Amino acid sequence: MASQIDSLLKFHTDALNLRAQRQQLLASNIANADTPGYKARDIDFHQALQAMLAGSATATATAVVQTRSAHLPGAQVNGTNMPGKALYRSEVQPSLDGNTVDMDVERAQFAQNAIHYEANLMMINSQLKALLSAIQG
Amino acid sequence: MSLFNIFNVSGGALTAQSQRLNTVASNLANADSVSGPDGKPYRAKQVVFISMPVAGGEASSVRVSEVIEDQSPLKKVHDPKHPMADPQGYVSLPNVNVVDEMVNMISASRSYQNNVEVMNTAKTLLLKTLQLGS
Repeated sequence: MASQIDSLLKFHTDALNLRAQRQQLLASNIANADTPGYKARDIDFHQALQAMLAGSATATATAVVQTRSAHLPGAQVNGTNMPGKALYRSEVQPSLDGNTVDMDVERAQFAQNAIHYEANLMMINSQLKALLSAIQG
Repeated sequence: MSLFNIFNVSGGALTAQSQRLNTVASNLANADSVSGPDGKPYRAKQVVFISMPVAGGEASSVRVSEVIEDQSPLKKVHDPKHPMADPQGYVSLPNVNVVDEMVNMISASRSYQNNVEVMNTAKTLLLKTLQLGS
């Protein structure tokens, strides 16, 4: 039974994790809007979700070996920390300092992603409510 | 929880942008300072931003790597009566471009507002996540 509840909630939990990761990447783009040479990043949500559902998210992540204490950990191999693969955004209006952040795009995507995140929460909530009513009658 | 990282990312950006705003304030305040503590005219200061990865992900914050002094030539004004005038009667004034500084100020303040907005959104999302199942 427990595994059934797990698989019932899995889709929206996976999607929620991806949304959280995307929100973080978009926040980092907005934070670096004035940093010379910064390249805007994003994930392909559709592909990342497909990969997660297929269980191949772990296959795409490359293991990083830390040989010194100062090395950054990188993406975790089990895929729970950063499930989606971060890509670089193609630029529309390149700027001279090498920065590819387009504030209009980033703000719009940030707002859109936040709404999708809330929608995911609502779906999980309603599934939990349905389960609860099935238990309690 | 990766949403918590947003506070590190945007918090770093807030610090960097407020330092930029501080530099602008200093430049504007000293736009006419013909002499500083070292006896030389004030030179405009500019901040240099670099991006800095945060732990546990691809996201990166931003920080000020250094504050540089503008090395462009100082403004020369002919005023023989001025106490700081050189033998030819010219006074060196700071190389602060007031128009540039005002543009810099507006840009910094907009970026600051953007990052506050980002943190507010992240806070709302986290609070809603905490109320999950209630």
